[in-house]
Amino acid sequence: MNHQINRLKDGGLIDRAQKLTFTFDGKAFEGYQGDTIASALIANGVSLLGRSFKYHRPRGILSAGSEEPNALVELRSGHRREPNIRATMAELYQGLEATSQNRWPSLDFDIMSINSLVSPLLTAGFYYKTFMWPASFWEKIYEPAIRRAAGLGRPPVGNDPDHYEKAFAHCDVLVIGAGPAGLATALAAGRSGARVILCDENNILGGRLLSDERTIGKDSGLEWVKTAESELASLSNVTLMRRTTVFGIYDHGVYGAIEQVNDHIASPPAYQPRQRSYRIVAKRAVLAAGAIERPMIFGNNDLPGIMLGSAIRTYINRYASLPGRRAVIFTSSDEGYTTAKALEQAGAVVVAIVDSRKGEMIQRAQGGKHLQAVDIQMGNGTIRSVECDLLAMSNGWNPAVHLTCHLGNKPVWHDGVHAFIPDKLPKGLTVVGSANGRFTLQNALDDGFRLGSEAAAETGFDTAASHAPTTDAESLAHQPIWRVTSGKGKRFVDFQHDVTDLDIELANREGFKSVEHMKRYTTLGMATDQGKTANIAGLAILGEVSGRTINEVGTTIFRPPYTPVALGALAGHHVHKAFRPTRLTPSHQWAEEQNAVFMETGPWLRAQYFPKEAGEDWLSAMAREVVTTREKVGVCDVSTLGKIDLQGKDVATFLDRIYTGTFSTLAIGRVRYGLMMREDGFVFDDGTTARLGENHYLMTTTTAGAGKVMAHLEFCHQVLWPELDIAFTSVTEQWAQFSIAGPCSRKVLQKIVEPAYDLSNEAFPYMSAGEVKLRGGVPARLFRISFSGELAYEIGVPNGYGDALIRAIIAAGEEFGITPYGLEALSTMRIEKGHVAGGELNGQTTPRDLGLAGMVSQKKDCIGKHMSERPAMLEADRPIIVGFKPRNKSAKLTGGAHFLDLATKPSLSADLGHLMSVAYSPTLKSWIGLGILKNGRQRIGETVRAVDFMRGTDIEVEICDPVFFDRMGERLRG
Amino acid sequence: MKYSVLSLIHQAFRGHRDWKPVWRYPEPKEEYDIVLIGGGGHGLATAYYLAKEHGLKNIAVIEKGYLGGGSVGRNTTIVRSNYQEPGNIPFYEWSLKLWEGLEQDFNYNAMMSQRGVLNLYHSDSQRDEYARRGNAMMMHGVDCTLLDKKGVQDLVPFLDFENARFPIQGGLLQERGGTARHDAVAWGFARGADSRGVDILQNTEATQIRVENGRAVGVETSRGYIKAKKIGIVAAGNTTRIAQTAGLQLPIESYVLQAFVSEAIKPLIPSVVTFGAGHFYISQSDKGGLVFGASLDGYSSYAARGNLPSVEDTIEEAMAIMPSISRVKLLRHWGGIMDMSMDGSPIIDKTGVDGLYINCGWCYGGFKATPGSGWCFAHLIAKDETHPNAKALRLDRFKTGHVIDEAGTGAQPNLH
Amino acid sequence: MRIPCPFCGTRDSQEFTYLGQAGLKRPDPSAPNAQAAFHDYVHIRKNPAGPNSELWLHAYGCRSWIVVERNTLTHDILGADYASPVMKEAAQ
Repeated sequence: MNHQINRLKDGGLIDRAQKLTFTFDGKAFEGYQGDTIASALIANGVSLLGRSFKYHRPRGILSAGSEEPNALVELRSGHRREPNIRATMAELYQGLEATSQNRWPSLDFDIMSINSLVSPLLTAGFYYKTFMWPASFWEKIYEPAIRRAAGLGRPPVGNDPDHYEKAFAHCDVLVIGAGPAGLATALAAGRSGARVILCDENNILGGRLLSDERTIGKDSGLEWVKTAESELASLSNVTLMRRTTVFGIYDHGVYGAIEQVNDHIASPPAYQPRQRSYRIVAKRAVLAAGAIERPMIFGNNDLPGIMLGSAIRTYINRYASLPGRRAVIFTSSDEGYTTAKALEQAGAVVVAIVDSRKGEMIQRAQGGKHLQAVDIQMGNGTIRSVECDLLAMSNGWNPAVHLTCHLGNKPVWHDGVHAFIPDKLPKGLTVVGSANGRFTLQNALDDGFRLGSEAAAETGFDTAASHAPTTDAESLAHQPIWRVTSGKGKRFVDFQHDVTDLDIELANREGFKSVEHMKRYTTLGMATDQGKTANIAGLAILGEVSGRTINEVGTTIFRPPYTPVALGALAGHHVHKAFRPTRLTPSHQWAEEQNAVFMETGPWLRAQYFPKEAGEDWLSAMAREVVTTREKVGVCDVSTLGKIDLQGKDVATFLDRIYTGTFSTLAIGRVRYGLMMREDGFVFDDGTTARLGENHYLMTTTTAGAGKVMAHLEFCHQVLWPELDIAFTSVTEQWAQFSIAGPCSRKVLQKIVEPAYDLSNEAFPYMSAGEVKLRGGVPARLFRISFSGELAYEIGVPNGYGDALIRAIIAAGEEFGITPYGLEALSTMRIEKGHVAGGELNGQTTPRDLGLAGMVSQKKDCIGKHMSERPAMLEADRPIIVGFKPRNKSAKLTGGAHFLDLATKPSLSADLGHLMSVAYSPTLKSWIGLGILKNGRQRIGETVRAVDFMRGTDIEVEICDPVFFDRMGERLRG
Repeated sequence: MKYSVLSLIHQAFRGHRDWKPVWRYPEPKEEYDIVLIGGGGHGLATAYYLAKEHGLKNIAVIEKGYLGGGSVGRNTTIVRSNYQEPGNIPFYEWSLKLWEGLEQDFNYNAMMSQRGVLNLYHSDSQRDEYARRGNAMMMHGVDCTLLDKKGVQDLVPFLDFENARFPIQGGLLQERGGTARHDAVAWGFARGADSRGVDILQNTEATQIRVENGRAVGVETSRGYIKAKKIGIVAAGNTTRIAQTAGLQLPIESYVLQAFVSEAIKPLIPSVVTFGAGHFYISQSDKGGLVFGASLDGYSSYAARGNLPSVEDTIEEAMAIMPSISRVKLLRHWGGIMDMSMDGSPIIDKTGVDGLYINCGWCYGGFKATPGSGWCFAHLIAKDETHPNAKALRLDRFKTGHVIDEAGTGAQPNLH
Repeated sequence: MRIPCPFCGTRDSQEFTYLGQAGLKRPDPSAPNAQAAFHDYVHIRKNPAGPNSELWLHAYGCRSWIVVERNTLTHDILGADYASPVMKEAAQ
């Protein structure tokens, strides 16, 4: 066990009573509750955390926040392993396992670091200029090598054992960031009574006040935070959301946020999510996201031991971890002196303060895997080499404007503060404090109290203005420098992607002068940190080398998310079987008891077939179900068909306009088949519609079409013909419906329906509909319709009786040898009868294509009629539906096979059509199919080939009538 | 300046000081023979092929922003020719053939990677639909394979074969499909066009097409009026805006489509995989990011950004086929404007205004079509006749009924 | 996005489905130019970059078809009303 050699004796916001052990690359270390991985490793004297993307250079810790480009690790192990976790944000817990990434065989000795040796070749965009010869080598040699070398952490393995939640939250004022500006904003807004949500990505509130010794009024900064926090906690209208990152701004005041509910412990407690994603709907929002300190760009500025000054102060003051003992400060602002003071107070020696404003620069850093010395260019031009193990960089701050840009706005450069600040803002958003380029603590508090009250007032909550307390003075005098080019060594602008200033120069030289071109060519700002520490310097350098101001160069567009978001969090509970809801039929439980095999049909789970004994395959089961139904009787749950109940005096008129056929002439108590087109003349849906009363119809749709037909009818009624006096509603889920089919179906039915009802062919002929009572008094609707081609009925009962009804039907049918049948048998029987269904109603066929031209009434208009008469749709050789049987009876037909004439070679022009639906017909003891074929109707009796390259078959098929069985329909009228 | 490993090594020794600009920043001339409105992939490809294949030099490409800044620079980089409709098959296959020789042709490594495109199916009926498509492709000699579940498992074992809501039953694989580095495609065409004398006018917005006596004669731009003998509109999502200045009314609506990239991880996904029980596609870039997308945001938009419902929907679909990426993190999502046509297929045609040609309606499919679109549009403009491979992509097909509706969803752009 | 349904109040856009341009009049099928008029009705869209009148269905709400005035460049919503004058009357 290593000791915490760099842990300060006292101070910090860590809990020394809670010692934690953890491992990094398998080595055990100690830290405290309140540490991050980064702060604990610093305390343990570890500074090498990873390897860079391209050159595999040693990398350490740059920052203390979510902007970290270098210190990325794999966290946890097994199914919980996550790549690319920022060590600067990951909270330490007992037993934490972290592993360095993108190195082999080890972090200390990484073979790929030889990339550095050939780095002159590996400039920006080098890959665009080579690897082109020979062409086949790209996939085989070059690309696999590049892919293996690239990437960062390893992908997780297997299923994530944790789960995630989604939630909505609503508030009057959303405050993003709980530093001084955000706390002040939340206080002011909260005091008004407005519903406030305050989010911060950190586990504790306070922002920079946690890292710097400040005075507010009479209190220390920390005391002020504590007071503010307890006041906010006492307000019932304020919700504090720690470990919550607002990652994106979307339209109309919607904010995306992720709460890391249980990432700070090894695994979530039972029934708790790991993370929760929010859509926060806020009337107003205030961005108090602070700012990100800028690094300096000079030779070897990426060595471990070179850190942001503000981060060093964070490690000292918040974590009591001292990142180095001999420090050099490189600053372009007064802030460097603050860092120097903090270091000295912590016991480090500050060997030099290099202030660029005095003409002093750091040219180059030296060292292997850690900083050993820096070359300082003095004001008089002489070079002085100074040994050190820590370099603090202070080069001003970039406001965290990212969220202000998500809706397409761009920030503008402000010379006074030497930074891009928000310009045009998304509606409802204001910006306070450093995020707005107002960098002093006094600014932050002033802004927060003022704009917090203002935001609350805009949502209707007025309050007496809260006044900001006075803070201690601070000096932020600053003149940024963008790079120091006089020294040797690579000068990194984007640390994670290994983009140097010379890469930017090269991009400019080659004409990639637009900031977007430069970004894409060099990949600057495209790493996991999205260039939080890199972008602005990149723009400045591009401006410098192309002779433009930084404002003329402009920024690229910041995109959500602000920091990377686990995909699982955005999926929530909608994973695995819960990806989409599953709808179960009324007979589902009963079917399960029968060991039915189910299949997904859209949202529904329906019985595919009912194996009689274990091991009966689908084909035998289907054949048995078909034969039994055709010879005796079968029953099938058809509740999934859409059912729409239409009432009102204009329903008949409405249906005449919707359907190709005429429904106003339908007699009460009768059913008619209906076909609908889209307005573009292609078939939309079909089904049967019954007239239950003068002004009362019941429509059925296909299972897949239920939702879209409903929306279509609503469109037609509400938008096209609001004058029609109709009302309709979907009753799909209100009625359970079963088809009873086969010669014995009437006998079965008679045992179920009250004897008073005459079900004879004379009293209740084919295509009748009526209301009946079942024995026991359950009301039901009875339709004499047939999809199977047999004497058949569909019987509907209120949904709650569905389970009882299927059991009653089976019991009643037992003496007749009844079988339940599933979708396979249903489909076979309809193909035998030549009824069109899913495969044919594919949105590409017209009524004429389906042999249903006669269904389109010529006496009236209907939706789609005009467009169905366009020239292409009337072309004589347009493929039309016909039936197919293999010439060789034992040959199998396959759906999707295309038709060719006997001696023709495959080509698009020779293609005659394709098979849409196929089935093995136990009735005909042959495979049969429906398909569309050019001139099909004229070719009945001829032979063509059904060619299926996909299954490797090419068989001769006879073109036949699409109705294979009982063409005259005698059975269904019997 | 020819690119090769030798030139790269040579320059490496010279500190890369002598690389020449890949394109010029010319001043607009008073008049061009051909002005193309739109400096995206298709516009640049058109210019390239006009210069290279037809020997025409006096050409300008007008781009309101930076070249390659539209859909070509923000798509999910998928290249394929696995189409079903006979109107589309020859066009996309021709485009894929051009892709296969593109890098050598324009001397730029666009990282065309034929790593395969795998469309998953989840039901018997979907299997048959895919077979129908595969067989249609084979009719034109376009290779593809219908895989069963085992075949898919061998190829992409990390998908969910155990507990999926819509179990994977198999897939249709086009091995010649794959991905290409999108920006490089735009840059390669731009470099090739520029070096052949084409003026690429960036930051130049076309504001009005001038039509006199039924003939297009020039373009008003933010940098002045430019006369032109022929004008091609290649403006993708902004097609309507510019076309209407010439009085054209088009069967086009603009929608936003989002694209997504995760943080870089070590290699996981070898090919392009699409989800059949939704509308989702994913691949992994050479850099390691998972690049993916799904359906449109669903509403008309000219704002190149989307909203959370689509974000969540897309990621749910990602998790539906590969729940193992649950802990991989989304790095960035962005939007682009799609010129959705009424049947989901593109239009390359004359317009009824003499000298004015149109190239639009690319919907989701523009990137893979880039070389083919450029080739066929160049042919149309140069010769005033439709290229045989684009003969079905006519503007009047909505009148005649010869629509090319792959999805069968009808004249409803957001359903394609 | 948040869509102001005149019946339900402002709701997340996820509850709605989008159809397209509002105000299109279904042509008179008996007019002599019906074929051309239907072509335009089915296929030709204004597709403006700016304010747009568009049809949305509150599919996971009250199932009203509504006309939303929305700017396609900014997504700003300027207003929303029932598509059906009858429903509007009933609501008042």
